[in-house]
Amino acid sequence: MSRESILDILDRAEHYRSAWKLGRRTSRELEDVEVGNAFFEDSTRTRISFELAERRLGARVVSFTSDGSSISKGETLLDTLQTVAAMGVALIVVRHGSAGSPGYLARHLDAGVINAGDGEHEHPTQGLLDLLTLRDAWRGRFEGRRIAIVGDIAHSRVARSAIFGLRTLGAEVTIAGPATLMPREGELSAAVAPTVEEALQGADAVMALRLQRERMDEASVPSTREYARVWGLNAERVELMTAEGVVLHPGPMNRGVEITSEVADGSRSVVLDQVENGVAVRCAVLARCAEALGRC
Amino acid sequence: MGETTLIRNARWWRTGERIDLAFSDGRVLAGLPPSPDRLLDAGGAVLSPGLVDVHVHLREPGQGHKETIETGTRAAAAGGFTAVACMPNTEPPLDRREWIEWVLTRARDAGSARVHPMGAVTVGQRGERLTEFLALRDAGAVALSDDGKPIASAAMMRRALEYARDAGLPIVCHEEDPTLSAGGQMNEGPTATRLGLRGIPGAAESTMVRRDVELAALSAGRLHLAHLSCLESLEALRDAKRRGLAVTGETCPHYWTLTDEAVGDYDTHARMNPPLRSARDREAVLQAIADGTIDCLATDHAPHAADEKDQPFDRAPFGIVGLETALALTLTFLVEPGHLSLARAIELWTEAPRRIFGLPEVSLAPGTPADLVLFDPGAEWTVEPGRFRSRGRNTPFGGWTLRGRILLTVCGGEVTFGGDGLEVASTGDGRDRAAVAPPVEHHA
Repeated sequence: MSRESILDILDRAEHYRSAWKLGRRTSRELEDVEVGNAFFEDSTRTRISFELAERRLGARVVSFTSDGSSISKGETLLDTLQTVAAMGVALIVVRHGSAGSPGYLARHLDAGVINAGDGEHEHPTQGLLDLLTLRDAWRGRFEGRRIAIVGDIAHSRVARSAIFGLRTLGAEVTIAGPATLMPREGELSAAVAPTVEEALQGADAVMALRLQRERMDEASVPSTREYARVWGLNAERVELMTAEGVVLHPGPMNRGVEITSEVADGSRSVVLDQVENGVAVRCAVLARCAEALGRC
Repeated sequence: MGETTLIRNARWWRTGERIDLAFSDGRVLAGLPPSPDRLLDAGGAVLSPGLVDVHVHLREPGQGHKETIETGTRAAAAGGFTAVACMPNTEPPLDRREWIEWVLTRARDAGSARVHPMGAVTVGQRGERLTEFLALRDAGAVALSDDGKPIASAAMMRRALEYARDAGLPIVCHEEDPTLSAGGQMNEGPTATRLGLRGIPGAAESTMVRRDVELAALSAGRLHLAHLSCLESLEALRDAKRRGLAVTGETCPHYWTLTDEAVGDYDTHARMNPPLRSARDREAVLQAIADGTIDCLATDHAPHAADEKDQPFDRAPFGIVGLETALALTLTFLVEPGHLSLARAIELWTEAPRRIFGLPEVSLAPGTPADLVLFDPGAEWTVEPGRFRSRGRNTPFGGWTLRGRILLTVCGGEVTFGGDGLEVASTGDGRDRAAVAPPVEHHA
């Protein structure tokens, strides 16, 4: 995605946010447009966020998951969504466990496809809401800013999208985490810090990633206790940032593991701003896609 | 005597000398008939014994939607092959003599190439109990393999290598530590990281190669390492040879032509196991072919139906087809840049694999089977998967322009591919017969 496209989405999102603040919570960009939410992986916040965004733009919304769909009867992903598209659904929001599946679907479907998270690849609307949150915190300037991303970088689509977006807008990224959860040096365009303290020192923001339970099962991390002690964000560590440094977390949080409650609920935390920005960014993305499809 | 065919004006693969060769009743003739029933002018093309591919998935029994013995051997013939050794990971696996016999019967009835089946090492390829190696051998199995699946237990591998000594067969190993490759979708490296795909490190292969080399030493068994893909495995093979162990290894065209960057934007035609590796590994493969560490070449021809490959990357099956592009990829990327002489390249597709798998020698000496291929090493062509004889079109080489075109394949005296446009009218007065006597090779 180009810098121009990113900035256009952020500007549109800001516009929605301002309108909502003035009490204008609905608009008609997606009036008469049918949008399908196809979530083949568990999701609460992203799915609700997309549904809210769709409804605020006036869309007609159908949502389904793999459990309640014919995927559970053995139908392929493509067949299921081709059926949905054939029924006239113009935009399909997809979350799927296979990296690259939105691109695959976009090539095959006669409908617009929006990526709501594909495997361990990307989560673009999460990346965009992080950018919007940081644009506010950083008063519009990305150049010369630095964010630390801490945790399971290797398996994180949130980290990939954030790194891509931040680098595109000119910010620096430092990543840190246990060696078992890190890409090799130079594989993502981010500097690698050996400790969380070094990553945070002088940073303008920090993003803590959720530590998945599976990482213990596959022996990437011995225990949440050790992880919290070595890599967790606590009050002392976040003070290593600049005075204006903010704390992000994509949610859902493991309080006491990657982030203490003190930090999560503290003055530097912008976690709830992220949630609000998520709806705005998704409105912007939906409106852009509908425009591209010539539906409004 | 039946119908006679005379091929004139060819070049002998090993020496480049002009050669004319005649065959009848499936065998090479000692002299040249003055009035052949059919006269083919090779126009200076290279003549060699038919190629053999010792790593082919013919998919029958059980997976005829991917490939059949009929279509797979037609693809073989189109690629210049007169013999293939087929892998036993069918449905059911070739773990009983009846299945070996079934494959051989089917190949006799419908095949365009000689088919040499491999038997499974373990029942159901489950890695738990040995199959009846001697029964499989007596039915016609030329080697034993659980290809597609590694033999995870070292104790099982040891027993297999030992017991295979009694059968006189090599154990052909797909080397992969399943705990290291678990969840892996492509080579571990920058491309996998960018795409968010779990990686399969080279060490998943090389640690098992090291283990099995040690077990080959312990058991005095014969180990053949299938489709080697990475530098560390090749070093392990080199070490095994230095120690004088009965260990051989093969590699495949995709490992010397491509790297994991070919996966690009989740291209499932660049998805196989072992996966395409780094540029460093590709260089190591070229080096190992050139210095003789690699004993023979093979394709790992693994056809799949189009809708199986047209899926999200991690859902698509591993494997690509190889029979119809193998020789051209050898000539274009090994011979032309000077890694190998033409003669050595052909040896790696003919004599070398035949020796390792104990297949009948094909020398084209008088009285021996007329299994031959005629190819123009300089002729350019563009790979069009839609025109493959194979039922599988899953190739990463679609659209590539390669040099080296098969003009004619003859198996047991029957034309199995090509020959169009080579035929000339015989004058019948002997003037069109050979100017030079055919070189008769004496093989060791």
